Amino acid sequence: MAIEMMTAVEKTGAETFPVGDAAPVRRMPVLEMRGISQIFPGVKALDNVSVSLHAGEVTALIGENGAGKSTLVKILTGIYRPSEGEIVIDGQPVSFTSAQDAIDAGVTAIHQETVLFDELTVAENVFLGHAPRTRFGLIDWKTMNTRASELLHALESEIDPTIRLKDLSIAQRHLVAIARALSVEARIVIMDEPTAALSRKEIDDLFRIVEGLKKQGKAILFISHKFDEVYEIAENFVVFRDGRAVGHGRLAETPQDTIVRMMVGRDVENIFPKVEVSIGATVLSVENYCHPTEYRDISFELKRGEILGVYGLIGAGRSELCQSLFGVSQPSSGRLRLEGQDLKIRSSRDAIAAGIVYVPEERGRHGLALPMPIFQNMSLPSLARTSRSGFLKAANELALARKYAERLDLRAAALSVPVGTLSGGNQQKVVIGKWLATQPKVIILDEPTKGIDIGSKASVHGFISELASEGLSIIMVSSELPEILGMSDRVLVMREGLMAGMFDRSQLSAETLVRAATGNA
Amino acid sequence: MKKLLKHRELLLVGIIAIMVAGFATRAPGFATPGNLANIFNDTSILIILALGQMTVILTKSIDLSVAANLAFTGMAVAMLDAAYPGLPLALLVVLAIGIGAALGAINGYLVWALQIPPIVVTLGTLTIYRGMAFVLSGGAWVNSHQMTPGFLNFPRVSVLGMPLLSWIAIVIVLLMWGLLTRTAFGRAAYASGGNPTAAVYAGIDIGKTRFFAFVLSGALAGLAGYLWVSRYAVAYVDVAAGFELDTVAASVIGGISIAGGIGSVGGAVLGALFLGVIKNALPVIGISPFAQMAISGIVIVLAVVFNARAERRAGRIILRDRGAKEVSA
Repeated sequence: MAIEMMTAVEKTGAETFPVGDAAPVRRMPVLEMRGISQIFPGVKALDNVSVSLHAGEVTALIGENGAGKSTLVKILTGIYRPSEGEIVIDGQPVSFTSAQDAIDAGVTAIHQETVLFDELTVAENVFLGHAPRTRFGLIDWKTMNTRASELLHALESEIDPTIRLKDLSIAQRHLVAIARALSVEARIVIMDEPTAALSRKEIDDLFRIVEGLKKQGKAILFISHKFDEVYEIAENFVVFRDGRAVGHGRLAETPQDTIVRMMVGRDVENIFPKVEVSIGATVLSVENYCHPTEYRDISFELKRGEILGVYGLIGAGRSELCQSLFGVSQPSSGRLRLEGQDLKIRSSRDAIAAGIVYVPEERGRHGLALPMPIFQNMSLPSLARTSRSGFLKAANELALARKYAERLDLRAAALSVPVGTLSGGNQQKVVIGKWLATQPKVIILDEPTKGIDIGSKASVHGFISELASEGLSIIMVSSELPEILGMSDRVLVMREGLMAGMFDRSQLSAETLVRAATGNA
Repeated sequence: MKKLLKHRELLLVGIIAIMVAGFATRAPGFATPGNLANIFNDTSILIILALGQMTVILTKSIDLSVAANLAFTGMAVAMLDAAYPGLPLALLVVLAIGIGAALGAINGYLVWALQIPPIVVTLGTLTIYRGMAFVLSGGAWVNSHQMTPGFLNFPRVSVLGMPLLSWIAIVIVLLMWGLLTRTAFGRAAYASGGNPTAAVYAGIDIGKTRFFAFVLSGALAGLAGYLWVSRYAVAYVDVAAGFELDTVAASVIGGISIAGGIGSVGGAVLGALFLGVIKNALPVIGISPFAQMAISGIVIVLAVVFNARAERRAGRIILRDRGAKEVSA
C-alpha cells in the first residue's frame, strides 16, 4: 500500500531523460543489471533499475542521499540479493549469494568508509581473507609482502607492506584500501565516494590510478556527489532518484544543468503539508560558532514558529553543529543566546534544562534503549517531572507517554512493550514524543524521516508543521531536498564545515541548494 | 521482552521446583519446609551479593572484586571485634558497609574518571583487596573464640521462626527492588546499559550511574563480609575465594543480560536460589565435590546458552512484527 502511494506521488514529477543514448558504438557491456528491484519491508529501495558498465570506461552514479546508490553497490557486491531482476556479466546471468561470489565473479569495491584493521600490517590488510598460503596451509608472509609491495607499486606508492596500518595517513590508508580491492582478480571496480575524505592533491593521485585502471580495461562504477570530479573522470553517467534510474548517457554530451534537474526534478508542493505560520521573535541566536575540526563561523537566528532547514552533503558538518547546540560536543568558540540570554551548554542535561532538544539521526544508536518499554523510553528525559519526592511514579510516566502516543498516532500493542518490537516509523514517533514531553522551546530534528516508509513520513511532516504552528522553533537537518524545500521557512546550506548560504523560502529552488551544497556556482 | 522475562522467571521457579522434587526422591526430607528454609538461609549471602552484581551488570559493567571486598571487610570487622570487644555491633555493621562502599567507590572511580574497562579494574582490585586482607591480618586467622558472642550470634537470632540472616536478605531484596524499579537511579542503570549513547542524549550521566552501581555493590559486599565471618565464625585471607563468579553466575542464570540493560531483581534472586539448591542437594545425594563443580559449571553454561537464545528470539519477534504490519498496511 505504502509502496503504491509512493509511485503514485512520484509519477507526477518524474520522466526519464535518455540523453545522448544515440551515441554510436555499443559494444557488449562487461556488466549489465537489468530491471533490478530491491524491496525492504515498507520501502522500495530500488525500482526496476538498469545499469550497464563497459570495459575501460568510468560510469558515474549520481543521486541524492537515499536515492538507492548504496543499495545498488550492496547488490553488486553480493551483500543483498535483489528482489527482482538479473545481473549479467559477459552475457552470462549470475547470481550472488555471498560477498565471496561477487569477488569470484570479478567484482570488487572500494567502500565509502574503508574497512581496514589498524593493528594489522599493510600486507595483512590487503590480503585479509585470501592470504597466500604455503604448502603446509600456513600464511606465506614472504609472498604476501612481495605481492602487496607490487600492488602498491602499481599505485605509484612506496608504502612498506610490513608496517602497521595505524601508522599511515588517511590518504595512504585509502591507497591500501584500493590495493586491497585490486588484490583480487577484478574486472569491475566499484568506487563508493572514494574522494570524500581526500584533499585535492590526493584526489589527483587517485584519478591517475583510475586512468591506469581504465587502460587495463577495467569497468568502473564511480559514485560521487561532486560534479567537477564526475566530469573530470567519467565517460558515462546514470542518475538515480528515489530508487529509480531517471536518466543516463554520455557526460560529454550532457550539460551539468540537465543532470541537476534529473537529480531533483519533481513536484514538491503537493506532498508537504507546510502550514503558513506567523513567525515570531528571535528565540535562538548563534554567532560565529566554531569547532576545532568539524565546522567554522556558523551564525544564524531562529525565530518562534520557524522551521530552519539545514541542507548539505554528508560530511558537511551539519550533525556536528547540531550536536554542539545540544551539548554532546563542545564548540571551540562562539556565542549562543536563547531568548536574549547568553547560554553555555556543557552537556545534554544543560540543553534539556534550557529547552533545547535533539532528535538524533540514528534512532537505534542515539535515540532509544530498545529493551526498555515504550513509556520508560518516553519519560527518560522527563523523570524529574513525573517523579514524586524522588520516587518514580509509573502512573505519571504512563500518562505522559499516553498523551504523546495519542498526539503522534503511535501504534503499539501496549505502552509497556519494548521499543525494539516497533516498526521504524513508530520508533521515530517514540523518539519525537520523548523529546516533546520535555516541553522544549527549540527542537532539532536530524534527518527526521530517514529510513521510514512514505506513510509515516507524511505523518511526521504533518506533525512538524503542527509543532511550528504551536510556536516551537525547529531546526531540521535533512539530506532530502524535497523535504527541505517543502518544509523550511529558511534554509542554511553547509559545505565542508562552512556556511555556503542562507536562503529565504521565496528564494528556494532545488538548483540553488544543490549548487550551494556542491560548490558549483 | 518484559513478558519474556516474566515467563523466564516463572520457568526458573518451575525448574527449581522440579529440582527440589527430584532431589526429594533421592533424599527424603529434602523438600520439607525446614530444609527449604535452611537452603534459603544458606543462599542469603549469595542473594545479597548477586543483587549488587546485577546492578553493576545492568550498567554494562562487571564487578569481579566483590568476594575480595567481602574478605577484606570481614577480616577488618572481625579483627576490630577481637581487639575491642566493647564496640557495639551496630557500629561494626555500619563500618562493614562503609568500608565495602569505599572499596566499591575505588572501583567506580577508576571506571568513571579514568575510563578503564570495568573487567580490568575489578580484576586488579580483586587481587589488591585480597592482598590488603593479608597485610591487615599478617596471614593470621581470627577464630571464633576471639570474637564476641554478640558478634557471632546476631545472624542466627531467630525472628518469627527464621534466622535474622534470612530476614536481612529479604529486606535487601525489597530495598533493591524498590531502588531499581522506583528511583531515577534504577532507571538510569537500565538506560545506561540498554543504550549508553541514548542515555547520554537523555541527560543521564552514565559515568556517575556506574560509579554508584559500584558503590552499591561494594556496600552490599561489605555487609556480606560481616555476615560471612559471623556465620562461619572464622575470618582468614581466603574467605569466599572465587565467590565473585557465583554472583555473576546467579545473575546470568536469572536472566540478567551480560550486555547490560536487561534483568530483574526477581531473576537474580531465583538465579541465586537455583545455585543454592544445587549446592545443597549434590552432597546430600552423594555426588563428589569435584563432580559438583563440573555440574555447577555445566548448569551455568546451559543458562548462558538459554539466555542467548532468548535474546535472539526477541530479534525474530521484531521481524515478524514488521512483516505483519506490512501485510495489514
